[in-house]
Amino acid sequence: MSERRDLELIADLVPAGSRVLDLGCGNGELLAHLRDHKNCSGYGIEIADAGVLACVQRGIDVIQLNLDEGLALFDDRSFDVVLQLDTLQHLRNTERMLRETARVGRIGIVSFPNFAHWPNRLHVLTGNMPVTRALPYQWYDTPNIRVGTFADFELLAQRCGLQVSDRFGLQHGRIVRRWPNLLASVAVFKFEQS
Amino acid sequence: MATSGIVQSQQMFFSEPLALKSGASLPEYTLNYQTWGALNEQRNNAVLVCHALNAGQHVAGRDEQGRLGWWDNLVGPGKPLDTERFFVIGVNNPGSCFGSTGPMHVNPAHAAEGRAWGADFPVMTVEDWVDAQLRLVQRLGITQLAAVLGGSLGGMQALSWTLRHPSKLRHCIAVATAPNLSAQNIAFNEVARRAIVTDPDFYGGHFYAQGVVPKRGLRLARMIGHITYLSDDTMDLKFGRALNNKHGLSFSTQDIEFQVESYLRYQGDKFSDYFDANSYLLITRALDYFDPAADHGGDLARAFTAARDNRFLLVSFSTDWRFSPARSREIVKALVDNRIQVSYAEINAPHGHDAFLLDDPRYHAVMRSYFDRVALESAEAERWAAPKPAPAGRETRPALEPSKPAQAGSALRPSLSAGGPRTRRVEGSRE
Repeated sequence: MSERRDLELIADLVPAGSRVLDLGCGNGELLAHLRDHKNCSGYGIEIADAGVLACVQRGIDVIQLNLDEGLALFDDRSFDVVLQLDTLQHLRNTERMLRETARVGRIGIVSFPNFAHWPNRLHVLTGNMPVTRALPYQWYDTPNIRVGTFADFELLAQRCGLQVSDRFGLQHGRIVRRWPNLLASVAVFKFEQS
Repeated sequence: MATSGIVQSQQMFFSEPLALKSGASLPEYTLNYQTWGALNEQRNNAVLVCHALNAGQHVAGRDEQGRLGWWDNLVGPGKPLDTERFFVIGVNNPGSCFGSTGPMHVNPAHAAEGRAWGADFPVMTVEDWVDAQLRLVQRLGITQLAAVLGGSLGGMQALSWTLRHPSKLRHCIAVATAPNLSAQNIAFNEVARRAIVTDPDFYGGHFYAQGVVPKRGLRLARMIGHITYLSDDTMDLKFGRALNNKHGLSFSTQDIEFQVESYLRYQGDKFSDYFDANSYLLITRALDYFDPAADHGGDLARAFTAARDNRFLLVSFSTDWRFSPARSREIVKALVDNRIQVSYAEINAPHGHDAFLLDDPRYHAVMRSYFDRVALESAEAERWAAPKPAPAGRETRPALEPSKPAQAGSALRPSLSAGGPRTRRVEGSRE
């Protein structure tokens, strides 16, 4: 997700002039891009000190919070877009966070590593958990405590009553619309509250 | 790192009465202040630093007595609030005891007898201080501050600036603060106040004429305060159950047995040597009263609607139980509800409330980066704007009339006698 091209592809999903909340905003790169190129405003949420500092350095408004504690700080529909990029898989309360994302934003955009990407499947077939570029950790030290697939997310979205308006995979900085569950290392979903 | 060199306090006299929140007014007053750095052509690089309970205008550098300012680790050349780029102002609030008009000075209503204000000094609020600070800032030729910065009670002042005079500042930097005091916090203040007013040497607040100081009360007030500025862990680490006497317990109920007792007594003694009892009462009351939401039906978000164009940095510390992170998050929520630009850092530091005065590298890095942005903005504006005329002359008066103690030449010289020390001992600045 750190790749510039992936970032731009995600940014394309955000309407110009949106008020954006970026959950797990890291160093604020995407928010800075949205501010500079799409006239967006809003806040980043980040737990890591280094990320918070990087955001302050680039003039991005950042709020240091643990997402596992929820989004009580934010009112219903207080943002046009809530981004949750490469973050979902680190959270204990995945479902709750997804519902919170939908509550706070008119549009939600979520991305996460697709565990069903074919190299991962091969790894599992050989009897081991995958260690790849998208999933570079060992099973015992991975921060990705929720491993799910493109197909799994569809089910969770349904369960949470989300209207998925767009979905695709990302692979090597390109959008994958054909068999994304098999061919993409990253899954992207855009949903709207009806 | 370099400090700011020797700084001298300056004084500015205000003859126009200051209307106070209580309905009373302060008829005339002098503010004791210090400055660092230089005001630029545009006069857009000024930062006001607001002090907390037991500090004053001596923020950075060394004073004439060689004492280091209370926030010297943050403010100075090359420091996070860089005085090579900013013009920094530190001002002692009226009612305090570091040279600005306070309860130890002559009450103009009793000028003939030379009677000090004492307990008759009008009760000041955070809002009143902010109004007094604004006058000083304007007299210095500054129409808009780049930022107002404060920690704890100083943070409340920084917040109050955005509510009362939002167009007079761009950034508010409020550290380890709260939107109001909790019942527990007020309770601590009340214990401290009771300790002072029940000291037989307090004389209902008119002890100056008696030639005494309610030191016992001040000591106790300081001891209880001090406990609340530290975290349990810090105290444990610093003292644990270490004994004062190497040879073991002395089985006495009165002697110092544990080192923590000795430390608290020492802190209390030191404090009672330099702090004024009436100032302590006034300042803790100002803390108790601060509650901007109260004027808006208890809705803090509504209070902040005035501050829409200001930008905020809030910082809290994980082990600060007196001004906890949850209280800072309440402020963040009120700002977010108003779509106000805010950054918030919650520093994982072990030192309790004291942390805001220490130089934790994560804390200072955030402060530095934020001020870097503010400086950039000031420089940018300066580059595009045309130069303006030089600052107007200042109406100053060298020193206040000291109150006349009953016993001339007693050890209880008021802190603001002409020619006497203008800045008294500043040790920490908590709350």
